[in-house]
Amino acid sequence: MSEHSTYDMLRHIADSWGLLAMVIVFLVLIAWPFRPGAHDHNDNAANVIFKDENDGD
Amino acid sequence: MDTVVSRAGLWLALLLLAFAGAALAHDGGFAVHMGIVAFAALVGLWWTVGSADYAGIAQGILRTPTDPSRYDDDPVRWGMIATVFWAVIGLVAGLLIALQLAYPLLNLEPWFNFGRLRPLHTSGVIFAFGGNVLIATSFYVVQRTCRARLAFPGLARFVFWGYQMFIVLAASGYLLGVTQSREYAEPEWYVDLWLTIVWVAYLVVFVGTLARRAEPHIYVANWFYLSFILTIAMLHIVNNLAVPVSIVGSQSYPVFAGVQDALTQWWYGHNAVAFFLTVPFLAMMYYFVPKQAERPIYSYRLSILHFWSIIFLYIWAGPHHLLYTALPDWAQTLGVVFSIMLWMPSWGGMINGLMTLNGAWDKVRTDPIIRLMVMALAFYGMATFEGPMLSIKAVNSLSHYTDWTVGHVHAGALGWNGMISFAAVYYLVPRLWQRERLYSLRWVNWHFWLATVGIVFYAAAMWVAGVMQGLMWREYGPDGYLVNSFVETVVALHPLYLLRAVGGSLYLIGALFMVANVWLTILGKQRVEAPMNEAAHDPAADRPIVAVPAE
Repeated sequence: MSEHSTYDMLRHIADSWGLLAMVIVFLVLIAWPFRPGAHDHNDNAANVIFKDENDGD
Repeated sequence: MDTVVSRAGLWLALLLLAFAGAALAHDGGFAVHMGIVAFAALVGLWWTVGSADYAGIAQGILRTPTDPSRYDDDPVRWGMIATVFWAVIGLVAGLLIALQLAYPLLNLEPWFNFGRLRPLHTSGVIFAFGGNVLIATSFYVVQRTCRARLAFPGLARFVFWGYQMFIVLAASGYLLGVTQSREYAEPEWYVDLWLTIVWVAYLVVFVGTLARRAEPHIYVANWFYLSFILTIAMLHIVNNLAVPVSIVGSQSYPVFAGVQDALTQWWYGHNAVAFFLTVPFLAMMYYFVPKQAERPIYSYRLSILHFWSIIFLYIWAGPHHLLYTALPDWAQTLGVVFSIMLWMPSWGGMINGLMTLNGAWDKVRTDPIIRLMVMALAFYGMATFEGPMLSIKAVNSLSHYTDWTVGHVHAGALGWNGMISFAAVYYLVPRLWQRERLYSLRWVNWHFWLATVGIVFYAAAMWVAGVMQGLMWREYGPDGYLVNSFVETVVALHPLYLLRAVGGSLYLIGALFMVANVWLTILGKQRVEAPMNEAAHDPAADRPIVAVPAE
């Protein structure tokens, strides 16, 4: 395979399936905290920093 | 005893190696650097075999609390001191080069000319001040949010001292003319290798601490810190791929050339802004703003959305530094499009931070630390709006290579990075040294206003300078010739350069307030001062209504 066609192959993967895969991964990751039933989990996570009020002293 | 002997042996081996390096050095810069390494090894050797209790003496000087917390806070304490120290060095260097631009007489050849001092300033504030505050706060935050002690305490200490060594080698190299001329990546190959070792150790300590956490969920600030550590490792290694001329010389040649080299550099350069100056400082925001405001982050879900959007978008924005160059058009457009898309997650994050104060906005009036944080977020919002705007090709054709870029960078660096770091320092120092409060809260207020007014002077001067410069460069007369020569633009800029220096001085004076405040807090002193907030009390009115019998 010549150098040019390697480039050609890679860029076509990148701007088709690669792009699609990244968009899907991204959408799943950002949608995940909004799934039904995650409310309590998010609430707890936000309050983790207050559990140890006196910094363990 | 065995450990003392083996440690002393390691120091001795390093000392001999550095000595040999200095003796065989190809050039003066390398010899000086090996001399510095040899000196550091000598100090290490002394520390290891000396009979005096140096650790105890150091604890006395640093006023380390005798009753340590259950967290490993020594590297954090050292990091705070280093942060404050390097802040002053970086800002002084900045003021000096600002004055050099206004008064070229101040260029002291060869070591202190603009070309050598400028990377000292940029690396001093970004990597020395910023890097230290990031390493220190990440060690603090990861322990608190995981409720676990640092994994590998010895390695954590190596990270601190190794990083200071990197700073000293980089800074001294710039003054000696040792540079590979890559912006924000100026250190030469052997300093790069050293930083790689230190950085991997940092990653190991951080991930090790995450792994031993007692808290099932990893708090979002740690996501930001971890992505910073991982991405900086990747950027640093790829951008610094180079072949040294000699194993005992300070020169090297990059493996990339031409436009590929330029793209690699700006892929690195812009992501240094993204993953050094944005992402980990957002980690600080996600921990310190809620802690200081005493209420959880406005929306935890938004913080996750913020995180992934920043991660997925920022990495593609680099090509906007190379508009109208030999870079292919599609790559330039890609960089512009991703830069503009970045505006949304950036503002989402800013809103998330600001809305955390919902219901506690009175603290802006009464708590100067909250005030620093709010101003930091405001500048974050401003810089992340200005950035996408500057990346639009039409705007960039006016702004590029002008002082507008300088103004933009400083709105972000002084406003966002500086202010949020100062807030973190003020938050941490009383806690780390177990003091009841800071020496003076009113001095924090002084610092806040000096810094804010300083930035306004700085940014406003640079906006005017940049737009004027851009317009003067592109001005054609009716006969088709350029109207202004370059030197005419320089003359026109002079008053604005003076204004910029005024702004920088104010910012530096503010930082000196911080130095004194931190120092006196560590010494355990408290300034007698009126509190920042006092609700008026009228004892005469403070009584029940007495029923008066009817006559």
